[in-house]
Amino acid sequence: MSFIAKPKIAHPGLPKNELGLTRRDYEGSMSTLCAGCGHDSITAAVIEACWQMSMRPEQLVKLSGIGCSSKTTAYFVSGGHGFNSVHGRMPSIATGAIAANKDLHYIGVSGDGDTLSIGFGQFAHAMRRNLNMLYIVENNGVYGLTKGQFSASADIGSKAKKGEENLQPPIDPVLAALTLGGTFVARSFSGDKEQLVPLIIAGLKHRGFALIDVLSPCVTFNDHEGSTKSYEFVRDHYDEVVHADFVPPAREITAQYAQGDTMPVTMHDGSLILLRKLDPSYDPRHRGQAFNYLRDKLAQNEFVTGLIYIDEKSPDFHEVSGTTATPVNQLPFAKLTPGSKGLEKILSRYR
Amino acid sequence: MQHAASPDSPDRINDFVIKLANVNGTGSASANTLLMKSMFRMGIPVMGKNYFPSNIQGLPTWYEIRISRDGYVARSGRIDFMVAMNAETYAKDVKEVSPGGYLLYDSTWPRPALLKRDDITIFGVPLARICNETFQGVRSRILLKNIVYAGVLGALLDIDLDVMRSLLGESYANKKSLLDSNVKALELGYNYAKEHFQCPLPLRVTRMDMTANHILIDGNTAAALGCMYAGATVGAWYPITPSTSLMDGFKSFCQKWRIDPETGKRNYVIVQCEDELAAIGTVIGAAWNGARAFTPTSGPGISLMNEFIGLAYYAEVPAVIFDIQRVGPSTGMPTRTQQCDLMIAAYASHGDTRHVLLFPNSPEECFYMAVHAFDLAERLQTPVFVMSDLDIGMNDWMCPDLKWDDAYAPDRGKVLTKEQLEQIDKFYRYFDKDGDAIPYRTLPGTHPKGAYFTRGSGHTQYGGYTEDSTEYQIVLDRLKRKFDTAKTLVPKAMLDSRGSTSLGLVSLGSCDGAVREALDLLRRRGVQIDYMRVRAFPFGQEVEDFLASRSQVFVVEQNRDAQLRSLLTLETAVEKAKLHSILHYSGLPMSSSVIVDGVLASIPEKRLAVGG
Repeated sequence: MSFIAKPKIAHPGLPKNELGLTRRDYEGSMSTLCAGCGHDSITAAVIEACWQMSMRPEQLVKLSGIGCSSKTTAYFVSGGHGFNSVHGRMPSIATGAIAANKDLHYIGVSGDGDTLSIGFGQFAHAMRRNLNMLYIVENNGVYGLTKGQFSASADIGSKAKKGEENLQPPIDPVLAALTLGGTFVARSFSGDKEQLVPLIIAGLKHRGFALIDVLSPCVTFNDHEGSTKSYEFVRDHYDEVVHADFVPPAREITAQYAQGDTMPVTMHDGSLILLRKLDPSYDPRHRGQAFNYLRDKLAQNEFVTGLIYIDEKSPDFHEVSGTTATPVNQLPFAKLTPGSKGLEKILSRYR
Repeated sequence: MQHAASPDSPDRINDFVIKLANVNGTGSASANTLLMKSMFRMGIPVMGKNYFPSNIQGLPTWYEIRISRDGYVARSGRIDFMVAMNAETYAKDVKEVSPGGYLLYDSTWPRPALLKRDDITIFGVPLARICNETFQGVRSRILLKNIVYAGVLGALLDIDLDVMRSLLGESYANKKSLLDSNVKALELGYNYAKEHFQCPLPLRVTRMDMTANHILIDGNTAAALGCMYAGATVGAWYPITPSTSLMDGFKSFCQKWRIDPETGKRNYVIVQCEDELAAIGTVIGAAWNGARAFTPTSGPGISLMNEFIGLAYYAEVPAVIFDIQRVGPSTGMPTRTQQCDLMIAAYASHGDTRHVLLFPNSPEECFYMAVHAFDLAERLQTPVFVMSDLDIGMNDWMCPDLKWDDAYAPDRGKVLTKEQLEQIDKFYRYFDKDGDAIPYRTLPGTHPKGAYFTRGSGHTQYGGYTEDSTEYQIVLDRLKRKFDTAKTLVPKAMLDSRGSTSLGLVSLGSCDGAVREALDLLRRRGVQIDYMRVRAFPFGQEVEDFLASRSQVFVVEQNRDAQLRSLLTLETAVEKAKLHSILHYSGLPMSSSVIVDGVLASIPEKRLAVGG
């Protein structure tokens, strides 16, 4: 979507990560979204997260469907392969890509229309398979590219730009993920980078399906008075319950937290996620409690954010499938065919 | 139209048809396979066709075995021996027997005398009573009844009892008690027939040597084997009749041959998806990421996959799709056969799209074409369809042994390696560097220089997004040229020249057996027709040449709307009026009589006079 080339000049003083790359090295082409779009902040958070993680750009695979959100995979990490597929079907592209090569990092970016309407079935089944990927829903409650229709995440009573009121109940991706067996369920806000960046890192580290529903206001069609997905409304009504801090391997825990309020979670690569509970009574490992907590808060118009639920030990798609350690797209041909001798044996059954 | 010898003449030996009318879910399949395979082991060409309901248990099902010393593989259209095991269809089954034929029924319970026919011989055997007196348990009595009638047929048709016994021995190698009861049932039937009837009948089998180096296999199993041999590592699917046994076959071959001996882990991934949309999406995702991936499906699945197929065409991602065609439209008749997806497959998806199709005529070609399909899909970076059907896919066909060349190396197409990427200045995904309209591609994870953005939206030859008319058209026109390249790579049509200068016949896929038999029958009547079997779409020059050089061309296919004829008129220079359709779309496999009748009805009498 980029018509304007982005200048590739970097200031020599820019900080470098372990690979010697600057943040600029993780950028993509110029965004063509509206000025002030929440999605651009999410793109910036993804860039920051990948830089902090010292991700090799070519190790990142960016997948998306159709819609404003799905365009954004072009706006970060141009050194990674991107696949902008068809509307609502990115999870199946992800399933195949992950089946073929289990060793790359996969980010799927979708919207509320792409995930909760046309793609709800594929979203549910990707989660059921526990695909090892980060799945970001850029949730603004509205169809932007077709100019302002309500999406399935629009709240009851929320008003469209021209005043029409939404009367159907919303589908909440977070509540859906909790009931569908999601193993990493988070919500965030595009305007809160401090919360979002470590969540993205944790989601990429999680071996399994990591969902982050990011409330991401649409400045053009859904940022007015009466909308429950406007910047103002979300700022006033979001409530962090568990903050995730990422601690890279071999780095000491330096931050000091009040005893009893923190919870270390060791990820598969040995790195640590420190969960800081802002509500001490909350247990991010209790699926049922998380569901009830969220539902109660939603009834009070409060969006609970943070790392809401985590089960880092559930087997992912490849563990369940019993797949070999080498990515199947790299198996030598000799391992795949039994040859003419094998064929003779096979055919003996059919004589 | 097949005027074979009269039923009681000695030359009915090794040339007749048995039909077995059963109730589905009663275990008749194993008895019917036993019968067919024992004759196959005696060196006699056989062909089995299963006419089954879309149901689990309790509905009528028929199995037809053609014994043909001439090696004909199509339905013959006659029934010489009916095994009428289903009381519900008995009246219909009695009527179907050709004059002079035979019928066997279970005489434990009386059948109405009014159904008696004077022109056929009826054998009553108290099958249920024999089983009830000998075996324990309701289920085993029902199952073994089938083996008893197999024994009766063995005696009547002079099938080698030792061959039958040894086949049972192979089936129940590790189940001694089952083996004993099955052999007992077989012998009870055999001995009953020997005692009560004059065995063998004039209609019978004798040993031949025509099945050496041959196998009996169904097309889905052969295609599954082809997928394994091609090195497919990702299979994605949604269960649908009649394609299901293809993935079942792939799974069982992989469980045997694709397990890492050291770790016990799998060198393959099978994904049973939530629907066909996800199945083709998974295939596209896997192939985009460098795995050989495929999905087996049938017509309704193809309808659902259309959007994604268009994406794979335009974004140039390989995909292998097996369409095991069944009767449409809509749900149609899921357990009946047709060739009714030619048009939808050829032009699947919105926008200007054209796809490569392969048309196997047998399980043998399913094996070879499965391998070829992966090579073509990766070479051409496009979806390739293997257009099988229920008749090929689910019936047991006699085929020459499948061969494997150990020198085979898969054609992975133009994929740039890390080293190649390091050496180039810049990578352009959709640029026609070689002039064959096939661009280069890269795989994720290889090198940052190889990274590009795959999209179904307008793109330039360099891989960037565009809404510019010229840039868009450059790519679209190259895709059209790529289809011309495909013409040079797909399997050529098979020509069977029979010395005609004016008459031609074009057909495809599972019509082949019926066509060959019909052409023999027509030749005996003095009608010489040259035959061309198309094996792929797009059509090569040889198809153009054949059509151009004949004044009248019959087009034989299994659908109502003459879809092959439509494709020929759209995609070749042939004059439409020259093409005369012979259509069969009952859902049953084609028999030669349809073709013989169709040809004779449209040829002026003067032609018939020649050679008479």
